[in-house]
Amino acid sequence: MRKQIGMGAAFVATAALLAACSSDPEPAETPSAEAETSETAEAPSGEGAELVVWTDAEREEALATAAEQFEADTGATVTLVQKNFEDLRNDFIAQVPTGEGPDITVGAHDWLGALIEAGVVNTLDIGEKAADFQEVALDAMTYDGQLYGLPYSTEAIALIQNADLVGDTAPTTWEEMIQMSVDAGFEDRPFILFTNGTSGDGYSAYPLQTSFGAPVFVQDESGSYTTEVGMGGEAGEAFAQFLYDNGADGTGYFTDTIDYDTSNELFSSGESPFILQGPWMPFFDGGDMNLVVSPMVTAGGEPAAPFVGVQGFYLSSQSDNALLANDFLVNYMATEDAQRTLYEADPRVPALTALAEEVSTDPVTAGFVESAALGVPMPSIPEMGNVWEIWNAAEIQLITGSADDPAATWNDMVSELEASIG
Amino acid sequence: MTVETGAERQDIEPQESHARRWRGLGWGFVAKLLMMALVNALGLSLILSALNVEAWGILVASTVLLVIADLVYFMRRTLPLKYILPGLVFLFVFQVFTLGYTGYVAFTNYGTGHAGSMEQAVDAALIQDERRVEDSPSYPLAIVQSDGELGFAVTDSEGFVLVGTEEDALEAVDGASVDESGTPTEVPGWEIVPRSELFADQDLQQQVVDLRVPVSDEAVDGSIRTRDGLSGAIYTSSLEWDEDALTLTDTETGTVYRASDTGNFVADDGSTLPAGWVVTVGFDNFVRAVTDATLAGPLLKVTAWTFVFAILTVLTSFGLGLLFAIIYNDPRIRARRSLRTLFILPYAFPAFMSALLWRGMFNREFGIINDWFFFGADINWLGDPFLAKVVILWVNLWLSYPYWFLVCTGALQALPGETMEAARIDGAGRWRQFRSITLPLLMVSTAPLAIASFAFNFNNFTIIYMLTEGGPPFPGTSGLGSTDILISAIYNISGVAGGAADYGLASALSIVVFVIVGIISAIAFRQTRKLEEIQ
Repeated sequence: MRKQIGMGAAFVATAALLAACSSDPEPAETPSAEAETSETAEAPSGEGAELVVWTDAEREEALATAAEQFEADTGATVTLVQKNFEDLRNDFIAQVPTGEGPDITVGAHDWLGALIEAGVVNTLDIGEKAADFQEVALDAMTYDGQLYGLPYSTEAIALIQNADLVGDTAPTTWEEMIQMSVDAGFEDRPFILFTNGTSGDGYSAYPLQTSFGAPVFVQDESGSYTTEVGMGGEAGEAFAQFLYDNGADGTGYFTDTIDYDTSNELFSSGESPFILQGPWMPFFDGGDMNLVVSPMVTAGGEPAAPFVGVQGFYLSSQSDNALLANDFLVNYMATEDAQRTLYEADPRVPALTALAEEVSTDPVTAGFVESAALGVPMPSIPEMGNVWEIWNAAEIQLITGSADDPAATWNDMVSELEASIG
Repeated sequence: MTVETGAERQDIEPQESHARRWRGLGWGFVAKLLMMALVNALGLSLILSALNVEAWGILVASTVLLVIADLVYFMRRTLPLKYILPGLVFLFVFQVFTLGYTGYVAFTNYGTGHAGSMEQAVDAALIQDERRVEDSPSYPLAIVQSDGELGFAVTDSEGFVLVGTEEDALEAVDGASVDESGTPTEVPGWEIVPRSELFADQDLQQQVVDLRVPVSDEAVDGSIRTRDGLSGAIYTSSLEWDEDALTLTDTETGTVYRASDTGNFVADDGSTLPAGWVVTVGFDNFVRAVTDATLAGPLLKVTAWTFVFAILTVLTSFGLGLLFAIIYNDPRIRARRSLRTLFILPYAFPAFMSALLWRGMFNREFGIINDWFFFGADINWLGDPFLAKVVILWVNLWLSYPYWFLVCTGALQALPGETMEAARIDGAGRWRQFRSITLPLLMVSTAPLAIASFAFNFNNFTIIYMLTEGGPPFPGTSGLGSTDILISAIYNISGVAGGAADYGLASALSIVVFVIVGIISAIAFRQTRKLEEIQ
């Protein structure tokens, strides 16, 4: 009867179910409309049960709104605990094993590697709803082929230009952009690259790096990053040379003096017409600047792909209310209504495709969506903390000109990375 | 009467405590009773809530403390203890316990990859291994029960209702009915478990979450599981846990992962499963700090700089504070009081705010230090290893000299006038007076404060973190930088900010720092006793 085993898991699954039906039973009767009472008569079923959800301040209100519906439907209580976003990861790792952790926490996708090593996060199955989400958002929440979190927003940096200074045509190449700036009289600082002061910031320079074809890790066929360092070789050396040529020993466009406040101040006061930054910058709030947002220009000829960051909800592996928590995430938080509430409370690009399109009527948001579409999720392996440190340090040395041989500096950095990832 | 013999002491009736006195109104006793009632109420509520959340450590500790408190305050013989008990309790709870716990963590591998117990690591491995069969549809599902045995009833795509349990594979049943969404509402021979019952009973909920109903008699076909109690899908799992041998076996590849002493599941080829558990590792963390090539070198430099930083900070701020104190102690200066008040300002600002402001002022391109004082020169204050250290010392000097100004002003005013006068009459010059009289007398009262200041600056995390974050970084993979002091290096190594935390190593290093500071303080305090002989 079941000779089909091994002919593809799906086929097996169906075959097995069919096999179980082979005693030729009657299909179950579907009740007539009058008999159908279960939906309306069903009493709230989660009476007395409590779901604990950790959240940060920005999402608390949106979650409270979404939870109201869930509470009304199930009778369960949803307790929101507010914490600093930066503390969520470590607190989750420390408290879930002790049994004091929450059932669900808000989190960023690049925590995933650490959460999995700590064994504190459960897998999630959103079934057919997966089709409604942007692929990049699901990819980000996927680790080793398994989905671990419900995504709700995506974010990426993009090229922001001050249209009052250089017009509203978005440049597409590095030379074009510099030319536009120089023509407008900004030859001193045609473009602002955020370096987090003297620390360096590989994240912000990353679109420029990928435009040389030097992704941080080699990508597999689905586009996800493996753990094999991919930024060595000629492409990486070319990018290193580019940083050096535009640093203190070259054109001087890149400096190690740009921290968050400085970059915001320089751009909003019109000292420079172009900046590579994210939607979180304060100058978006005022709304009095005439801004154009587009994907980053290419410096090396290939598309400038930024890192995409995804935020979502994680489920604790030690939850005592796993059924309820799953119900809440999959059947309430994954709905368009709930995700819209989240967007309205804290406008980040939604992970739901339909919603993302809906909010893309705003040209600024559309620019960030377009930029994110070029990118792939930021790697979430636990060693990333180490990777950033080594990577940032090498870039800042090139920018300040303290390293005289760009190619050698870059290759040293790559071999250090390989050693530290092991 | 300096000598008191035991015989004499017996003769003197010890004065009865107010709190015990029954004579008169007995208010003292009533007050004590009320206070102790409050303490007992607090203690009992703590014990009950500890019982409630099954926190046994807290339960035992709070019970013991409460019993001790009652004994001390109601027994005649323990009278002296009642004065020191509150202090002892605080010492125990906030110092000894913290120290002991840090000590314990230092001997474990507690960190991101080793966060829980072995049981939890097995849980995690099984969770991470169980995968939904690709393209398996979601089936409407109801949880059913018969004679205490739980099972799933699912409706397949053609409308057949199938029922199965952990032991018995899915099998179709006749006469079942389903609702509009396809969820079985009635299954002959089985009782449907309503969702309300499920959510009200966490044990039952756990059983449902753990229940896997095989699709067929062949294990490879996978089994139905439900995550929300409303729908099910087919999952397969290849890892098998053997509780006795402590091994996880991958049934597909045959790989056997064994529980190792280091708190990981390791296969013969050296590959490991992601999640590990906490084990004690002896002195490994201490050994690693000195032998790990990527850490040992930078840590040595960091240690040297920590000493330089702490000593120079104390010396410079003490020197500057003393200088100003002497100047502004001169009666010829007008408006001394108001000027002195102004001097305290840097001390009154929150240190982290000042550090952030200074960081902005030292910005190479936009900072006012370069613009105003160095004619717009391009001095890389925060990016150069040496200059960054100078900046740290300078800002810390600015932050801490007002403290020494205050202390020295007070000490100067307390110096005996006749000694100074005698020195003057003997013909001592100003410098001689300062060196031989003022400074030694000053040191008697300020040396202990200098030691405290040294210990504080040895662990002055705020200024380093807010001003340079330890940067500029050393070349190499340590992640440490030229201005890192031990405590900020420990923060870095612990990885709290980065994602891969290693609390075991961080605790071990903290203990080393504690020992260093302790030894230095002990030696220094011993030395200050010699100063006291001057008086």
